[in-house]
Amino acid sequence: MSNAFNQYTGTLRNVLRRIFASPLAGTLNILVIGIALSLPAGMYVLLKNAQILVAQFSGTPQISLFLGVDTKTDDVDNLHKQLAQHPAIARVEFVARAQALEQLKQSTGLSDVIGGLSQNPLPDAFIVHSRQSDAQSLGKLRLELAKLPNVEQAQLDSDWAYKLEALLKFGRLAVLILASLLSLALIAITFNIIRLQILTQRDEIEIAKLIGATNGFIRRPFLYFGAMQGLLGGVMAWLIVAASMLLLNHQLSPLAQLYASQFTLRTLSLGDGVSLLLFSAYLGWLGAWLPVARYLSQIEPR
Amino acid sequence: MISFNQVHKRYPGGYEALKNVSFDIAEGEMVFLTGHSGAGKSTLLKLIAAIERPNSGSVLVNNQNVGVLKGGALPYLRRNLGIIFQDHKLLFDRSVFDNVLLPLQICGFDHRESGKRVRAALDKVGLLKREKANPVALSGGEQQRLCIARAIVNRPSILLADEPTGNLDAAYAQEIMAIFKSFHQVGATLLISTHDESVLQDTDVRVLLLKHGELQK
Repeated sequence: MSNAFNQYTGTLRNVLRRIFASPLAGTLNILVIGIALSLPAGMYVLLKNAQILVAQFSGTPQISLFLGVDTKTDDVDNLHKQLAQHPAIARVEFVARAQALEQLKQSTGLSDVIGGLSQNPLPDAFIVHSRQSDAQSLGKLRLELAKLPNVEQAQLDSDWAYKLEALLKFGRLAVLILASLLSLALIAITFNIIRLQILTQRDEIEIAKLIGATNGFIRRPFLYFGAMQGLLGGVMAWLIVAASMLLLNHQLSPLAQLYASQFTLRTLSLGDGVSLLLFSAYLGWLGAWLPVARYLSQIEPR
Repeated sequence: MISFNQVHKRYPGGYEALKNVSFDIAEGEMVFLTGHSGAGKSTLLKLIAAIERPNSGSVLVNNQNVGVLKGGALPYLRRNLGIIFQDHKLLFDRSVFDNVLLPLQICGFDHRESGKRVRAALDKVGLLKREKANPVALSGGEQQRLCIARAIVNRPSILLADEPTGNLDAAYAQEIMAIFKSFHQVGATLLISTHDESVLQDTDVRVLLLKHGELQK
């Protein structure tokens, strides 16, 4: 047991020694892999953050009905009753003009600007909570409510959230394309590094093969090398993403305060980070496997 | 142990290295393979180790037709052979000790056990004191003996040697031949190729003579 463990740590030490045989070249290789991986990983993190942001702002979709500024109180009461009895509506809130102005003053910190207004520009409004929350029935309800008398404008508050959702879908596709391309690049980088190693170790491979080494025996150190290099590249990518998020958060907090928000960017979750490491190690392994398999098939006896 | 049956080997380009070669070598036999250079001696040895494959005919080693052996089975054939290459094929990036260790690493030997075996093999060829040296620092004769140590460390039942005394003077050549005879005495099967007639004179072992790829009777 301890013998196997010793052998394992011995192999690990060996692989690390070979990666950093030339410290500068080894570090640069890992840096290149790290940067290549950090681009899709970073974009993925930003998308995730955008998703969280969207979820925060569009918890339950509601329809705002803005009435004409000169609507009479009686008409407002009638409309209120009518809405409360509507079968598709779960709940109705009335927001009087004065109340809305007060809210606006408090929540945005624009009290100076608002105080300067000669009259209240805001109309009376109803906030309508629908029983259904799917986009289609909400759209239908909005159209119906817009036709009611005295309703100047009916606005589906989650409209922008749906648009953003579509935009996020687009972003996810972009990340996927970028990740695929850079994964290929990572395989190509590793392929080339391993190919050069094979060239310098041709004698060793040939002799080992002649005295009874299996292909697995010859492949193993290269595969370990590729996987380890990929893994270290993954760690580098994780660090780059984490450091970037830290930097961005630093700049974001005053910005978020301006919008009265506690929002902070989240970095890669532990699960995502570990997936990144496994994926990069696998790509490195694959990048090593290809040139070795190609070389081994070249030296088979004919 | 080794059996050739109507073996032909033609290299790409049309050069016929071996024509209709048939012979048998029994277990524990020591056989010399001789002929002018280019007669096909190296090719014949390569066919036994499946480094080359015959175009027709069969090459049997331990009753196994090695000419049609799949790639995955080749390592296990070669582990049973000790091969001494004409060009030594030593690794100059590691010590004498590590060169001899390589076959044992390949077979996955236990670390302590393989150290003992390496030293025993080096002792047999008289290189025990040079175990830490780099093969570059060895003389031609010493390199040849290192090659032998690497071939026998695995205790193979068959030893193949391609021109083991090729570039050595008579005294060194005698030394090497003495080593081979000692293996023969402990029961190994040996096939040694040489163009050096002087080595053959004082021995009563069987000689296979190749001429232009054909075995002479």
